[in-house]
Amino acid sequence: MIGVFKRLKMWSPRPLKKTYDVVIIGAGVHGLATAYELARRGVRNIAVLERYYIGAGSSGRNTAIIRSNYRTPEGVAFYDQSVKIYEKMSVDLDMNVMFSQRGHLTFAHTEQAIAGLRVRAEINQLTGVDSRVIYPSEIARLAPAVDLSSRPRFPVLAALYHPPGGIIRHDAVVWAYARAASRLGVDIHPFTTVTGINHGGGVVTGVDTSRGAIGAGTVVNSTAGWASTIAAMVGLRLPIVSHPLQALVTEPLKPFLDPVLVSATLNVYVSQTDRGELVIGAEIDPYSSYSNRSTLPFMEASAAHVLELLPSISSVKVLRQWAGVCDMTPDYSPIMGFVPGLKGFVLDVGWGTYGFKAGPISGRCIAELIHTGVTPDLIKPFSITRFASGEMLGEKAAAAVSH
Amino acid sequence: MSFLLPCPQCGPRDVYEFRYGGEAQRRPAPGSPRSTWTAYLYDRTNAAGVEDAWWYHRLGCKRWFRAVRDTRDNTVLKSTAPTVPPRDANDPPGD
Repeated sequence: MIGVFKRLKMWSPRPLKKTYDVVIIGAGVHGLATAYELARRGVRNIAVLERYYIGAGSSGRNTAIIRSNYRTPEGVAFYDQSVKIYEKMSVDLDMNVMFSQRGHLTFAHTEQAIAGLRVRAEINQLTGVDSRVIYPSEIARLAPAVDLSSRPRFPVLAALYHPPGGIIRHDAVVWAYARAASRLGVDIHPFTTVTGINHGGGVVTGVDTSRGAIGAGTVVNSTAGWASTIAAMVGLRLPIVSHPLQALVTEPLKPFLDPVLVSATLNVYVSQTDRGELVIGAEIDPYSSYSNRSTLPFMEASAAHVLELLPSISSVKVLRQWAGVCDMTPDYSPIMGFVPGLKGFVLDVGWGTYGFKAGPISGRCIAELIHTGVTPDLIKPFSITRFASGEMLGEKAAAAVSH
Repeated sequence: MSFLLPCPQCGPRDVYEFRYGGEAQRRPAPGSPRSTWTAYLYDRTNAAGVEDAWWYHRLGCKRWFRAVRDTRDNTVLKSTAPTVPPRDANDPPGD
């Protein structure tokens, strides 16, 4: 019984060594998953550096939606692998991450939007992802609280129904990876800011930190929100603009909303957590910024928009709101892989509004890339060279707003 | 965070009246190599600090201007209307 009151140690603090084989910058889900997968492959001597506490960045600020109903075949195949890892994560990492596959509805309020959803449904089905277009009679069964009448200015006409989609406890995912990586010998160093990256002759040799210089064979940029500032340390400019993204949480209500609801037309998405709170978010703020402060205009607009979908929550109070910083790429797809002409530097950046759901598969692919030196087929399309070659992966239709 | 942006024509206004036009950069000369154009089109400094960017006052005077802003806390240090006329039709205003 006394054991119940013992403080649980998720990971062990270890001294900062002078050199590591792999230094991963950013202890969010991406960095920690990469470290864990590398350790599983037998790579030892790995450090994960974090300037604040573990999961303090976008891994702790996202709205925890997991789904794979994207638009490009490359994107759908990639995110689908992540959903599959999330489905087994509680068992594999021995921690209850509370993955609740309650279904995901993306609403269409115009004829054009229905056409867009049909394209996504077809691509999803061809890739083996459960996803289809449904109409108000079925929407009413799945989400009776949604106003399907002609009262709203933009009535709901159809929805893309994605049954495997759902929500998860994002902090638990970060802790599960941190604990599993630590048990395999990965050094996790919170409150260790990277101030520079040592490189010369096209080879990265280590990093300077607030706690001293560290030699490294490979340096991984697994940051979100600050990817451009880390890349600038090796003289690299990325096709990224950082925008804030805001969300808010209401007081808890009795469970009344099963699926995650998304509307690009209304610029809002909402889900009900297991605690009963409604998590409401919107599109990124329309200007670049690294500020994490939230705004009243966002709360006003989101409240007005969500009431178009769920008029019954008009008297519900807002508990808190917050913001995170999203690294937006021109095509709303991430950038993963090696950088031509710079040995020992790996990118896992540009995660915009879709980074959390991709963490597990991204970590697995980046680990394979570092371990074997060969880019896995799954992430080949996401190379930084796609901007020069014009092989963009346009995901804006599926990634904006719906996260 | 929300903030006031001083339009050179209209004075300080809510940032939601404006469209953000991206960081100011110099357009490459015609005939520049493809890599230069790729960098111009896609690569950004994306500074966590002082940034000189284009803004459009969509709900006001409907003019473009430049504002120097600290992107970490959205403090606007300076905003200026473009004064130098375009060199030719291919150049952006004020460059």
